Amino acid sequence: MISEQATILVVIIPLMSALITPLVGWVKRELCYPWAMFALFLSTVCSCIVLHTVITTGPVHYYLGSWLPPWGIEYVVDHLNAMMLVLVSGTAFLVSLYSLRSVELELPDRFVMFYTLFLLQVTGFLGIVITGDVFNLYVFLEIASLAGYALIAVGEEGAPLASFRYIILGTIGACFYLLGVGYIYMVTGSLNMADLSEILPRLYGSRVVLVAFAFFMVGIALKMALFPLHVWLPDAYTKAPSVASALIAPLMTKIAIYVMFRIMFTIFRPYLSFELLPMPQIMLFMGIIAIFAGAIMALAQTDLKRMLCYIVIAEVGYMVGGVGLANSVALQGVVLHILNDVVMTLGLFCVAGIITYQMRRHDLASFKGVFVNMPLTMVAFLTVALSVIGVPPTCGFFSKWYLIQGAVMAGNYLFVFALLFSSLINVVLFFRIIEIGYYSFESDDAGHGHVESHGNGGRMLFREAPLTMIIPTLIVAAIVLLVGFYNQSIIANLIQFAIPQL
Amino acid sequence: MDFIIAKYNYWIYIALMMIGFYAMIAKNNFIKKIIGMNIFQTAIILFFISIAFKKGGATLPILTDADAHGHHAITVAEYINPLPHVLMLTAIVVMVATLGVALAIVIMMYRKYHTLEEDEILKEIE
Repeated sequence: MISEQATILVVIIPLMSALITPLVGWVKRELCYPWAMFALFLSTVCSCIVLHTVITTGPVHYYLGSWLPPWGIEYVVDHLNAMMLVLVSGTAFLVSLYSLRSVELELPDRFVMFYTLFLLQVTGFLGIVITGDVFNLYVFLEIASLAGYALIAVGEEGAPLASFRYIILGTIGACFYLLGVGYIYMVTGSLNMADLSEILPRLYGSRVVLVAFAFFMVGIALKMALFPLHVWLPDAYTKAPSVASALIAPLMTKIAIYVMFRIMFTIFRPYLSFELLPMPQIMLFMGIIAIFAGAIMALAQTDLKRMLCYIVIAEVGYMVGGVGLANSVALQGVVLHILNDVVMTLGLFCVAGIITYQMRRHDLASFKGVFVNMPLTMVAFLTVALSVIGVPPTCGFFSKWYLIQGAVMAGNYLFVFALLFSSLINVVLFFRIIEIGYYSFESDDAGHGHVESHGNGGRMLFREAPLTMIIPTLIVAAIVLLVGFYNQSIIANLIQFAIPQL
Repeated sequence: MDFIIAKYNYWIYIALMMIGFYAMIAKNNFIKKIIGMNIFQTAIILFFISIAFKKGGATLPILTDADAHGHHAITVAEYINPLPHVLMLTAIVVMVATLGVALAIVIMMYRKYHTLEEDEILKEIE
């Protein structure tokens, strides 16, 4: 019984609890935190049930209100979005666990509203992932984006401006997607993804369909911050409150890549995306440029969160370029990299949040002495950083391995070079932080900054983060290792069914 | 020329969209940017409404008398598709919500910097 309804409960629970959160906060302000955590925990359990059903019995179809497709809205969960569901709800649960102290510090007067928006944001993300209807996807995309704009705008100095720019570009992206839906609807009269994929192959010669494809791709590229369209991302994610950036930065771009997967391989067939159109060449080109640009701009940053944002941009390049390689090994690598990148980015932004919480700032110099002061945080940070670099037992190595293997199979050595180049840059980026953290101490600048260090002095030397922050961060670090150890079985049970038959 | 007249609805929507796009990108004032955003979204709504239209007196599929004595639309050619209208109802809600969030953020900025010009705010932040 519950397993039949689990598909819809995944989305309904966060949505309903978001609407109830103001009431909960009206009763008692502090209750919002356990309430949001409880709701996201239930949602995570439901998505695990769905994942289990998908692995044992195959894709799940859920007809909202029992209206049959193609007329009604249908929720379809196959191997790809079952993985995404667990990933999104699990990430949201960990971030909610992590959120308490940071939100109390950064947004003391917006506590209740923060959790309401937080749950709405998760609802949007889950809805995008679960739906099998192109227009429904647009609605959820806008729910997620609107909640995101609001969450980003309440951040530090300059956040409203960053959020406003994100609104402008995000609206253009969503409107292009909507135009794509309109063009598709003009020629097919259907909005259901499965139905569209049956009807569209007969129309692949039509110019309307090609224009729709172009609109879809440009719109979603804006949402995923593919290199020349990335300008909104660094400001928005740097200035957002730490908890908001820990939630949005790992998920938004990866969900946009998931949507790109759906557009290219479910709504349209690989035959159109790979053979009729020169998409592989275009995507490889864009991906390689994004990797180089993201890596080089990350080097130039002196702010931790900003540096992480450019790493995210480079990682988007990995995945777009990986799809452009157009063979099944590379596509497996891309799907595995979606999983890995969510976990790694989550870990990095959790550490950034801890640094912000303890030091009240997030430039690279705030890492001074952290290895002595916060050993546990640094254990987590090192694990995740090694994974971003791509050192073997961690998960980041394996997806890069599949991507490089795919690139060699496709004979594209420039992509191999780009991957290795960006890994080297990541080595430089993270070892620079390790050097600051390990070899320099706050007493080093006692000579010229004596008054200042007295000003915020009186703190203990050993100042590990609060438990509610450090536990989720360590869990993420453990997941980085576990996904690395079990990557074979993840691919055998999940990912090999998630990629299209080429 | 025929090409332009026969598909005039598309030309109108493209023109409107480009006007909105220009305002969003080029204007320095936040309210003007928001107005541009609204024109941009409205253009898409007009596009959706116009693709539902049919020439030749087609109407919405409403049954005026259920016992089928009078005239009402039965064959496909006689009624226009109501679904794009319904979709746009949702899109209008999304549009209003976006407008609301954008205006709220502009108010936040105005309270802090007492200006609505982007370059002046940028100067103040630096």
